[in-house]
This record gives sequence, structure tokens and C-alpha cells, in this order.
Amino acid sequence: MTTTVEPSAPARPTRRVTAVRVPNRTTGGEFRVIKIVFYRELIRFLNDRIRIVTALVQPFLFLFVLGSGLGALVNLGPGLSLRTFFYPGILGMSVLMTAMMAAASVVWDREYGFLREMLVAPVRRGSLVLGKCLGGAVIAGFEGVVVIAIAGLVEVPYNPLLMIEVFGIQLLLAFTICAFGMMMASRIQQMQSFMALNMLMVMPMYFLSGSMFPSRDLPTWLTVLNRADPLTYAVDPLRRLVFDHLHVSAAIRAKLDAGVSWDGWHVPTLLEVGVVGAMGLIMLSIAIFAFSRSE
Amino acid sequence: MAKTPNADEQTVAVSARGLVKSFGDIHAVRAIDLEVQAGEIFGFLGPNGAGKSTTISMLCTLLTPTAGTAQVAGFDVVHQRDDVRRHIGLVFQDQTLDGYLTAQMNLRLHGELYGVPSSVLHDRIERILNMVGLWDRRKSKVNTFSGGMRRRLEIGRGLLHSPRVLFLDEPTVGLDPQTRASIWSYIRELKATEDITMFMTTHYMDEAEYCDRIAIIDDGRIIALDTPEALKASVGKDRIRITTDDGTEAIRLLDERFDIEATISEHELTFSVERGEHFVPRLFTELPVSIRSVSVARPTLDDVFMAYTGRTIRDAEASTSEFSKQMMKARMGPRR
Repeated sequence: MTTTVEPSAPARPTRRVTAVRVPNRTTGGEFRVIKIVFYRELIRFLNDRIRIVTALVQPFLFLFVLGSGLGALVNLGPGLSLRTFFYPGILGMSVLMTAMMAAASVVWDREYGFLREMLVAPVRRGSLVLGKCLGGAVIAGFEGVVVIAIAGLVEVPYNPLLMIEVFGIQLLLAFTICAFGMMMASRIQQMQSFMALNMLMVMPMYFLSGSMFPSRDLPTWLTVLNRADPLTYAVDPLRRLVFDHLHVSAAIRAKLDAGVSWDGWHVPTLLEVGVVGAMGLIMLSIAIFAFSRSE
Repeated sequence: MAKTPNADEQTVAVSARGLVKSFGDIHAVRAIDLEVQAGEIFGFLGPNGAGKSTTISMLCTLLTPTAGTAQVAGFDVVHQRDDVRRHIGLVFQDQTLDGYLTAQMNLRLHGELYGVPSSVLHDRIERILNMVGLWDRRKSKVNTFSGGMRRRLEIGRGLLHSPRVLFLDEPTVGLDPQTRASIWSYIRELKATEDITMFMTTHYMDEAEYCDRIAIIDDGRIIALDTPEALKASVGKDRIRITTDDGTEAIRLLDERFDIEATISEHELTFSVERGEHFVPRLFTELPVSIRSVSVARPTLDDVFMAYTGRTIRDAEASTSEFSKQMMKARMGPRR
């Protein structure tokens, strides 16, 4: 084979664009980097249909199998099924799963070499990490929408405001979890290791978050772990939002939707959301720092 | 020809002074000095583990030198990392394409990362794809490409942002001979059409011949640096290889009767003499060991390597493979 264009290729008149000039680093340039990395995440996700489906299997198992099965044993009160009680936690869990998988893609990138192409570019590492986190957050948000869409199956009304608010919290949580995943991925070379660590983190985070039980009146050790879990501060507001649209007695609500307290002080909903965001920013900074130092 | 030097343009594309890289106790590169002129194809030849990739990584700002300085395209590799990166193209030993994206998208991603102005990016991508003969496949995912096509795409990608220096780390490793040849004719054509300096590493002797100048590197040091012709001329003598029934005895007799120092490698005796074709008849009459085969060859780069190191490049690779394993461990796989 020769180096000239194959004869089969149409002889297109190409404008000779020689010697493009690569400008110095600018804010606009960094924004372009964030955008293209973000865009790549979306393309990759949309091309990976299996991932779109598998990411939702586990949340649905918990909601319908565990929720329905255990529901026969537990009586939460009139008008409230265990599935409905689980639902806000599942809204969080679906995001947790997909966001971690999105963050895992950086380990794939490393294994398949593409990470190197990005890391050698004359750009800020922060832009690369931020682009990936935003991409992962939007992907996880998409998956979250599927869980929002099944609200009717667990006797939660379709209320536009509720859906928007839930989606907002899901997006924020997805971003935080992505940052968490990227932070872990910054030091991991192999996908197997990441998957192992993923299993080690995701399930405990879900179980400790108060997704399956109220966060009040727990043993001290569990309370401590529960309050340190970022998911706690997303699931609690989600539960409050959902319960706002349910017809349950005040007594049941006081028991099941008691909120989160710090040393007896009730944490306001907005502060909880702020905690999720703040944790995300801190972990994002750590991830950026870790990627900036690695070659 | 774009190579014509411009008075205003820098004529030195890459320079290194006393470049050293150590990983703990392992000295991968021990003081390298070199200067590459703009427009040159400069080859780094040596066995695996000789320090080629480590040197290239330092020049590309991927590794920080333990000591010494280096400039690429006029920028310091330690203090002006971003400037260096903006002016170089990189083709790594391992592939760094995103297999799930199309060829076109891979190039676009690269262009956006390097800040190629949006107004020209599309045209530039089209030109590059035509140049590497992949325009027809622009919408195919890279996963569906053969090894040679991927290499071509990577070389094209390395050129997308019009770098001043293109670094190619073992650009043909793992490719079949035919594809290797096509990649090479492509590289030489590139030199004729793009205003670019190429710095490459290889451990294939035959490929080094294509370079304008080569540096032979062994054990972290440059042991010879010149044009392939000059290096071969410096060896001067013809190379004779013989196989005999008794190698050790043959070595002893060659030394005793002809004052020739021969080395043995893989049951084959190798030695250099002037006017080899006249020496062979004497060999048969005067060497009392039965000879099974003889070959006479004009000097090649293999001989140059042999002359400077006393080993063939294959021997060198066998003995350094343990070393490079250690080194990879020390580097904790920076290639990933």
C-alpha cells in the first residue's frame, strides 16, 4: 500500500489548512476542554445501551423484590407500603450506581491508553476532571429520570414540581458521587480493582444512608456512620419531598420521615443539600489535585 | 520542500544537555547530550530497556529529568511544559485512541483539547484524514480498524495541531512487515510535505536506515551519533559470519593464526575483516576446523551496534529484559 490516498477515495478538493496555530491557554480554551470531555462522556454512554439497562437492575431489584417481599412482613401504617418508603432511597441509589460507573470510565480510559492522550494535552487537569464529572452527573441524572418515571408503580403521585425538585437533588448527588468516584479512580490502575472497591463502597453507602430505615434512634456507631455518608443528606430531602405528596398520618410521618439531626439539632433541608454539594466540591478538588500530580 | 531553513526560524528543534533519569537505584538514562536540527528525521536506536522511551518521555515533558536540561522547539521541558506540549505531537508505543469513537471524533477531540481554532478545525481534520488515507473511514469506530490504520490515525492525530516536532515512540512495533513498510513510506512522505522535525525511537535496525541521523543508545548512554552512512563507514570492515563444528576452537585459532577477534552468538561466529571476499579462501585453507557455512556482508547498523557495544542488539535485549522489568516496576507503569 502506498501513502497516497487510496484511489477509491473521492478526489476531494481539500483546502490546504497548513500550520494551524495553537493559542496559549485561555479560559475559553479550558471551557472548550470541559465541553468536549463532557460531550465524549455522553456519546460513549449513548453508544453503550447495555450499560443504560444494567445500571438500573439493582435499584429495581431492591425496590420491587425486596420492597414487595419484605412488605408482606412489615406494616408501616395505613396507606403506606414498604415500596413507597424505599422509593426515595432508590431514587438515590440509582444515581449512586450510575455515577460510580461513570467515574469508573476513567479507569477504562487509563487501561486502554486514552487517558494518556488527555493528560498530555496542554490543558488544566481540572478541566478534564470537571468535564468528566459533569458528563457523569448528567448521565446518572438520565438514569434517575427512569426511576422518577416509575413513581406511579409505588403509589407516588406524578407532580411536576416534585419531579423537578427530585431531579435537581439527583443531579447534585450524581455530581458528588462522580467526584467521589474520580477521587478513588485517580489512584487505581485496573478496572478489576475499581470494581472491587466499588462493591466495597456502594453497598455500605446505600445501607448506611437511611434509605431502608429512618436515621433516628440508631445505635451510636450506626449514627456516626450514617451522618458521615454523603448519600444520607440526599436521601433525607428526597424522602421529605416524596412524603409531602403522600397522604399519611402525622404520626407515621414523624416516625418514618424524622429527618437528620446532628447531636440533637435538626439539620434543615437546604443545609442537607448544601452538605451534598460541599462534599462534592471537596472531593472534586481532591480528585483534581490527584490527577494534576499524576502523569 | 518545506524543509528549507528560514533565516528567522530556529534551526535547532531539540537539544539536550547532560540529561539524566534515575528511578531509585536504577539509572535509566545516564547523561545524554544531543541536538536535532529542524526538519530532520532523527532516530534513537537501541535495544529495549536502553533508555530510549525514558529519554523521549523527558523530552515530551512526561517525565521530569533527574538532572540536565533539554529544550524542545525552543522551550524548556521542565519550566515551560505547556509550551513544549503545545508544539509537539506525540505518537506513543501503546495506542491511545478511543476505540468507541469514530476516527473523525478522535481527531476532533484532539483538536479541541489542543485549542485548534474552531474555524479551521473541520478543514484541518479533513486534510489530515485525506493525508493518512482514512477519509472514507472517518465515520467508522476506531475499534473496527486494523493495527496499521490505527497507527496512521495516531500519526495524523499527532500532526493535527501542526506541531514543530513529532515524537514517535516505536511507531511500527507490533505491526506486520508490510504495514511497517507502509508506515515508513508514509513518514518519509510526511517529511516532504509538512514542515516538521521527527524524533523517533526504534529497535529495528533496518528502520533506522531511513533516518537522517541516528543516535545509538545502550545502557542509558549515546555511544554513537551520526548519519547511518557515516556510522557504517566508521565500521569500515566487512562482516563475516561462519558456523563451525567447534566454535571455541575456531575462536582460538582465528586469534592465533590471523590475529582476529571473533565473537560467538547463537552458535554463529562473527568477525570483521577488510576485503572479506578475499579472506574467505584463506579461511578454508588455513583454518583446521571444518566450516559449515559462511556469509560475507557489507557493514549494517547491526555491525555498528556490534562494533560499539561488542554485542548484537538481540543479545543486548536478552540481557536487559530483566533490567527493563525492574525499571517498569520502579516507574509504576507511567505508560498507562
